[in-house]
Amino acid sequence: MRILSIAVAAAFAVTASVACADDKPIQLKKAPGVEKVEANCQACHSLSYIPMNSPFPNAALWDAEVTKMINAFGAPIDAADAKDIKAYLTKNYGS
Amino acid sequence: MITRRNLLGTAGTGAVLAFAGLRFPEFAQAQGAAAGLTAGVPEGVGSYATMATLPGKKPLILLSDRPPNYESPLEYFRTPITPNDQFFVRYHLADIPEIDPKTYKIKVGGDAAATPVEISLDDLKALPAVEVVAVNQCSGNRRGLSKPHVAGVEWGYGAMGCAKWKGAKLKDVLAKAGIKKEAIEVSFNGADGPVVDKTPDFIKSIPAWKALEDTTIVAYEMNGQPLPHLNGAPARIIVPGWTGTYWMKHVTEINALSKPQGGFWMAAAYRIPLGKFPIRDRFVSQETAVNTPITEIVVNSLITSHRDGAKVKTGKLTVSGMAWDGGYGIRAVEVSTDGGNSWTNAKLGEDLGPFAFRPWSFDFSAKKGKNAVMVNATNKLGQSQTSELIFNPAGYHNNVMQNISLMAG
Repeated sequence: MRILSIAVAAAFAVTASVACADDKPIQLKKAPGVEKVEANCQACHSLSYIPMNSPFPNAALWDAEVTKMINAFGAPIDAADAKDIKAYLTKNYGS
Repeated sequence: MITRRNLLGTAGTGAVLAFAGLRFPEFAQAQGAAAGLTAGVPEGVGSYATMATLPGKKPLILLSDRPPNYESPLEYFRTPITPNDQFFVRYHLADIPEIDPKTYKIKVGGDAAATPVEISLDDLKALPAVEVVAVNQCSGNRRGLSKPHVAGVEWGYGAMGCAKWKGAKLKDVLAKAGIKKEAIEVSFNGADGPVVDKTPDFIKSIPAWKALEDTTIVAYEMNGQPLPHLNGAPARIIVPGWTGTYWMKHVTEINALSKPQGGFWMAAAYRIPLGKFPIRDRFVSQETAVNTPITEIVVNSLITSHRDGAKVKTGKLTVSGMAWDGGYGIRAVEVSTDGGNSWTNAKLGEDLGPFAFRPWSFDFSAKKGKNAVMVNATNKLGQSQTSELIFNPAGYHNNVMQNISLMAG
């Protein structure tokens, strides 16, 4: 877990803006499968894509998204993890 | 010890965020960020999005930081030129190198080029310079307003901006490489790339006829300054009239092609269903039986003086905003304050050219209570905005007329 430096904390208190663009904190819902989402998805993109697209996607849409990440974008996610990720997203960020 | 994760985790839900200002004064601005979102984007955006300040930028709405996708809030569109530090940022892939302009080179070649060359920034600047004022609008601008929801970056109104771009004509650059008659497309690659090798690199192409137009340029200046890093420095492609997907940032390769570019970002992405939109510009070499690459921007407008639900004073009121299209120019902007029964022409402002934002304003007398304000732009072809969303799977070309409420007291 990254620790806020004092300088960054001070800047944050004044402006409430995030100057370091690589450290956006997104806390996903704690539920079964979250560790697989964190381990696989944020290698390529920030986790904000998940809440950003919620709560609308149903199981089929989240399934299509994860499948696209694997087949179209080459994400190295094994089948067991993909299944758990889809279930987590549908349950926690789906409709 | 406070970690950022824990700190911001506190504001992890919309409900908590709404009260965060009371408990943590430093979150006042985060609350503003929530207000900075376009009404109607998915609830989930409001659960985390903040106003964030990238180097050299004013605060933008942070939708994702890696890759960086930052949207301009409505208030940044009150002038026909969007300042560089207020201009939105959009990337597909997260590996974005800083490039030294002194060693920067663009490879110009392809199978339909007789004399492939490498050109430097100085070579580019030595070519005759042209300037064009043009709107750069993300194809998916307003995707977040799609009903039903479509997956992607959930933009509100602000994935766009208008700037004065200066650079060399792409056709002059292609001439250096001896572009041949066989060329049907010209492709672009940029220095940004994927994190994982198997992710398709972001490569785009445009038809040769579009590449050879005088207004299609390789730009190194934006509003009189070098391009900001996150807007494509040292040089990017400018395709006035067409959506931002073709405006390759940090361009490092330009290829004249005798065959269609077949990569993921052309063959599978950025496509619209055939026949659904009033599009003039065709991209014949990439068309299939069912879809075609997105081409020019559809006619559109935005009220920028007020947000939906704003409180105003009863009596004389001016609403204003911008209108734009794919390069035919705006003929008229009409406003209705009676739910669309009657329409009156707004006053058009300064004309910075057919590809630019066209300012407009409209005076009327606000009655006490709720005032509905609708706006509809028409271009010089006679094309107008739509009243109902033309749904498509990627959420492109949303030019639904706005219908906002102003509350007069």
